[in-house]
Amino acid sequence: MRTVYYVTALLVVLTISIGGFRGRRSTQPPIEVFPDMNRQAKYKPQAGSKFFADGRADRPLAAGVVPRGRTIAPDPDFLRADNFLYRGQTTSGEFARDFPPELALDEKFMQHGQERYTIYCAPCHGALGDGQGITKSYGMVTTASYHDDRIRKMPEGEIFNTITNGKNTMSPYADKLSPEDRWAVIAYVRALERARQGAVSDVPADHKADLGL
Amino acid sequence: MSHVFSKRSNSLPLQLVLYLFVLGGTVTAAVTYYCTPKYLRVGYAPVQPVPYDHSLHAGQLGLDCRYCHSNVDQSGFANLPTSQTCMNCHKLVKPQSPLLAVVRASFESGAPVPWVQVHKAPDYVYFNHAIHVNRGVSCVECHGRIDQMTVVTHAKSLSMKFCLDCHRAPAQFLRAPQDLYHLAASTLAEQGRTADAARFIQQAKIKPPQSCSGCHR
Ligand code: HEC
Ligand code: HEC
Ligand code: HEC
Ligand code: HEC
Ligand code: HEC
Ligand code: HEC
Repeated sequence: MRTVYYVTALLVVLTISIGGFRGRRSTQPPIEVFPDMNRQAKYKPQAGSKFFADGRADRPLAAGVVPRGRTIAPDPDFLRADNFLYRGQTTSGEFARDFPPELALDEKFMQHGQERYTIYCAPCHGALGDGQGITKSYGMVTTASYHDDRIRKMPEGEIFNTITNGKNTMSPYADKLSPEDRWAVIAYVRALERARQGAVSDVPADHKADLGL
Repeated sequence: MSHVFSKRSNSLPLQLVLYLFVLGGTVTAAVTYYCTPKYLRVGYAPVQPVPYDHSLHAGQLGLDCRYCHSNVDQSGFANLPTSQTCMNCHKLVKPQSPLLAVVRASFESGAPVPWVQVHKAPDYVYFNHAIHVNRGVSCVECHGRIDQMTVVTHAKSLSMKFCLDCHRAPAQFLRAPQDLYHLAASTLAEQGRTADAARFIQQAKIKPPQSCSGCHR
């Protein structure tokens, strides 16, 4: 009987020395003990596919497709007839000034713009919009500052166009920002520009003490 | 007549039963230890086609998770970035780096970068990122300190027990909205703001599903 226990103990030691402990790094895919219905014949987003020639389940969009459910009002803009909201242009095709009338320029809109700006623009343009983002020291040397006169006087529609289609060395951000998000970011860019121009006289009297003035 | 069985063999049945208990216990312990997700999945770190480094991009450069995983707060699925997203910077940052050859080729041809999926819920489980992230559950709860990983590693078990442990008592896991994407931030409970957490749960009517049909739909 004693030998049986010795053999068992040996097996335990063997298992541990082969199996190791929890949390061990491995480059092998995890073993599925009961694979039953783990992998079913359905596609998940960004999955691969043997059926399509390019090997992916996500199909590229046909020309002129409009996403569902990402518009402010469900129907009138369905085909993106609104040149101002979706292209930043006037009916005659020039870059429009100011913001589309259907957007409410309130604090919530601004805060949304600030959040999106911090995620998508600040890495290059910097938190202050002066083009001194973290990537500057790594090679993004051409990043523009919003405080140039040219950009300060630029129509909002032209900035919209830069976000949608990119410009020179800046890539487009249309895949990450919906048209409404883009306008919110522009509103925040305008706020940054205004803040840079600010003077002591702009601070409301009851907030002067906060700044030690 | 000599004795066929020695005297010791009288206790053999008892010893056998005892041994079966020991063996059963050992095997059960081994199966629970080795055949569960805590062993099988945790530590999985596949070799990726591009040596992309979260600790550099998310940690050192401080990029927000949503710069790349841009749908995580808007849809159920957390997308991997397009190669254009990488090229936003890498057009000018290290444009010739051999490590980025795959990304550049993908950007030019339009073929996807063949990233290897690390976290994989079984197909019979319904999971939704946006609902968790927008209700105060940070990435770190389920993915660990991604912002410190050079290679993405499966940090949590993501077993059914893991999900249910939080669904039964979410209060202690919630974070403030501005802390969700800063993986070093501590939970409201750790900051001693349990009252805030309770108020948040009440206001947002947070009631994670515990019935089977919540996750197996
Ligand atoms: C990856 C770095 C990067 C990011 C992120 C980035 N930009 Fe830029 N941006 C640039 C560079 C570089 C330029 C200069 C382009 C040029 O003229 O070559 C630029 C220029 C601009 C200009 C001036 C265009 C002109 O007419 O000269 C605007 C406006 C602008 N960016 C807005 C934005 C907004 C809004 C965002 C966030 C959605 C953003 N950028 C995000 C790199 C970036
Ligand atoms: C610069 C782009 C970028 C940023 C910023 C980024 N990621 Fe990623 N992430 C990637 C890429 C590319 C992959 C796929 C390659 C890999 O797994 O290493 C990935 C993979 C992952 C995965 C594993 C996906 C899988 O296959 O299961 C997780 C989890 C993840 N990221 C979480 C995060 C979190 C959390 C943050 C914020 C702290 C973050 N990421 C920031 C680009 C990024
Ligand atoms: C916000 C800008 C930015 C984005 C977006 C970005 N990177 Fe980077 N990446 C950097 C910087 C900055 C470095 C560090 C360069 C250095 O060390 O000089 C870097 C370095 C790298 C390196 C190491 C290159 C080398 O030769 O050492 C790899 C690989 C890499 N990135 C992959 C990616 C991938 C893949 C993506 C897309 C998912 C991506 N990066 C997106 C800014 C970015
Ligand atoms: C409540 C747990 C939980 C939280 C919180 C969470 N994730 Fe996930 N994540 C998962 C699970 C589970 C999967 C596997 C999903 C699947 O297989 O469909 C996953 C998968 C992913 C993937 C890979 C998707 C794919 O199929 O390629 C990425 C990228 C990712 N998560 C990023 C994030 C980011 C970024 C955050 C924070 C903003 C986050 N996750 C927060 C549980 C979570
Ligand atoms: C750290 C906490 C936490 C973890 C871990 C967690 N959840 Fe949740 N889950 C929540 C919260 C909070 C909600 C939101 C409940 C609400 O809004 O009423 C939620 C909601 C859900 C919902 C409901 C979504 C809907 O559309 O109704 C599903 C399904 C779900 N979780 C699945 C999972 C699965 C699967 C896992 C494991 C991979 C998981 N959760 C892990 C906290 C968590
Ligand atoms: C919070 C979400 C959640 C709820 C609620 C839930 N499950 Fe699950 N269940 C999961 C996840 C996630 C897995 C996959 C675990 C894994 O892959 O390790 C799973 C796996 C399973 C499995 C397969 C186990 C295996 O390894 O083959 C069964 C059976 C199961 N669940 C039954 C149930 C039943 C019965 C209920 C109701 C009492 C239930 N589940 C409720 C999330 C949930």
